[in-house]
Amino acid sequence: MAKRIEATNVSAYYGGFKAIENITLTVEPKTVTALIGPSGCGKSTFLRSINRMHEVLPGARVEGNLTIDNQDIYDRDVDVTAVRRMIGMVFQRPNPFPTMSIFENVVAGLRLNGVKKKSILEEAAERALRSANLWDEVKDRLGKPGAGLSGGQQQRLCIARTIAVEPQVVLMDEPCSALDPISTLAIEDLMFQLKDQFTIVIVTHNMQQAARVSDRTAFFSIEKTGDPGRLIEYDNTQKIFSNPSVKKTEDYITGRFG
Amino acid sequence: MSTTVTTHRPRPTAQPTTLRARRLPRYAAPLIALAALLVAAGIVYGTGIGGPVLVVVVAALLYLAGLFAAANAVEGRRAARNRTWSALIHSAFVLAVLPLASVVWTLVSKGVERLDGNFFGTSMNNIGARDPNGGAYHAIVGTLEQVGIATLITVPLGILCAIYVVEYGRGRFSFAIRFFVDVMTGIPSIVSGLFVLAFWVLIVSPMVNDGRPGFSGFAAALALSVLMLPTVVRSTEEMLRLVPAPLREGAYALGVPKWKTILRVVLPTALPGIVTGVMLAIARAAGETAPVLLVAGGGAAINVNPFENNQSSLALFVYQQAGDASKYSPARAWTAALTLVALVLVLTIAAKLLARRNRLGR
Repeated sequence: MAKRIEATNVSAYYGGFKAIENITLTVEPKTVTALIGPSGCGKSTFLRSINRMHEVLPGARVEGNLTIDNQDIYDRDVDVTAVRRMIGMVFQRPNPFPTMSIFENVVAGLRLNGVKKKSILEEAAERALRSANLWDEVKDRLGKPGAGLSGGQQQRLCIARTIAVEPQVVLMDEPCSALDPISTLAIEDLMFQLKDQFTIVIVTHNMQQAARVSDRTAFFSIEKTGDPGRLIEYDNTQKIFSNPSVKKTEDYITGRFG
Repeated sequence: MSTTVTTHRPRPTAQPTTLRARRLPRYAAPLIALAALLVAAGIVYGTGIGGPVLVVVVAALLYLAGLFAAANAVEGRRAARNRTWSALIHSAFVLAVLPLASVVWTLVSKGVERLDGNFFGTSMNNIGARDPNGGAYHAIVGTLEQVGIATLITVPLGILCAIYVVEYGRGRFSFAIRFFVDVMTGIPSIVSGLFVLAFWVLIVSPMVNDGRPGFSGFAAALALSVLMLPTVVRSTEEMLRLVPAPLREGAYALGVPKWKTILRVVLPTALPGIVTGVMLAIARAAGETAPVLLVAGGGAAINVNPFENNQSSLALFVYQQAGDASKYSPARAWTAALTLVALVLVLTIAAKLLARRNRLGR
């Protein structure tokens, strides 16, 4: 199920502005990889280039080579929607579809991709909601609007929506930054469970969170504002947080800069 | 305050010593209003310069001045300004509602005279100047058909146009569309009527019509479409832009194609606003007289076929009856006007309810 992502010399631009430069790293299957670094260092940009969400913005483009199990994500013949179905994404702010019920939100990915059979949808919804630890809280009100849930529940709803399409990889862009500690804990627990099935890449500003949930950690940084973000160090999480090999990483994780 | 303050000399600050402030008593405002009214009546009737309207105006001004003075003396300058501005804003609201209430009252009081079955069941065919009967059946049919056809043309076209501009359009072409839609907004209705008269009635339809000009309800619908289109495009555009980008991205991230995202996520989210825009356009079109007069020609008889021969409409009916010499026609005009307003109102409410039903109940 889970797949390996390899990035080689990936650079991303917003119009004329180069946001990240020559990022090379490999994300192993069935692991949680955390991307950390100061604001504006291109973590989210890199994350968004993995499932081709970067190019949604006008003028944005990506250079370099990104593969998922040796298939080029940016090949000319690649269907963008297929990439995004294979590599799901959870956003910083919960964004359930406001016109849809909880049930419809969860199965939106399936339904809008042509799955019509009710029994399949119901089964998938229950499975996804159970995986997202949300089933017990919402099973009695599946027909209610998704926007009526609390922030943490909404975020878990968005995770359920993402895993309902059974992707190989789940990208999370600061999924807990808008949530309280309890909801954050729920989502971190969830990540532990999900990495049995999926490859997870998470962007976070919270270093404790990176240390808690991830197997591997990539530290991104910029020289100064306006410079492109670069990958400074990429290693096992334990190594990064106990004995980083680059001084800058140490400065950042000990809070001396950034 | 913090406990680490070390200096004992009190520094001059803006800190108040107490949170309580003197307030005007509750009965002050009504009392001032009453006094203002009495003084105004005294001035106006005493000098004999006007009637009750002037009394109200003078009283309002006196009330504002009195309120400011009283509040200034008791509560201080900030509170006085607050009170005066609140009063001004409330007066502005009353001023804005007055014409509306007046219109509604005039329509209902004058329109009720002919509000009978006969009015809604008959046309003006063979109704002479001395005949108190006659109705607007033909005009209602005309309005419904013309506005209906115009809506059928405009809504898909306008929404697709707005989707193009917001979701797909890049660069000059999209800019040009937006520019010309803005220009279209300013087209006077008579010009759109003349355009359809010249283009459709006198050039296109004679080709299929043995050379006879094709006055018809459909031609009126075309002219109304020209008027409705910019309203629909602009309001839909605004509503689509209001749909947050994360919703679109959420759908893209599920591997949903762009067109489906627009159709199933963006449009439903923007629907209530789009419906409002469409209803505004419909209301505007239903009230148009000039284009209908030019290209549908009006007519006293019932004609349910919008593609052939003259048709009337409610607005045109009002115009014709109001200018008619018969002593029975003004009543018919008022009732038709009332009907028109009621029709638009009912349509608006129905559309709003439909749009709301589409969203989820809490």
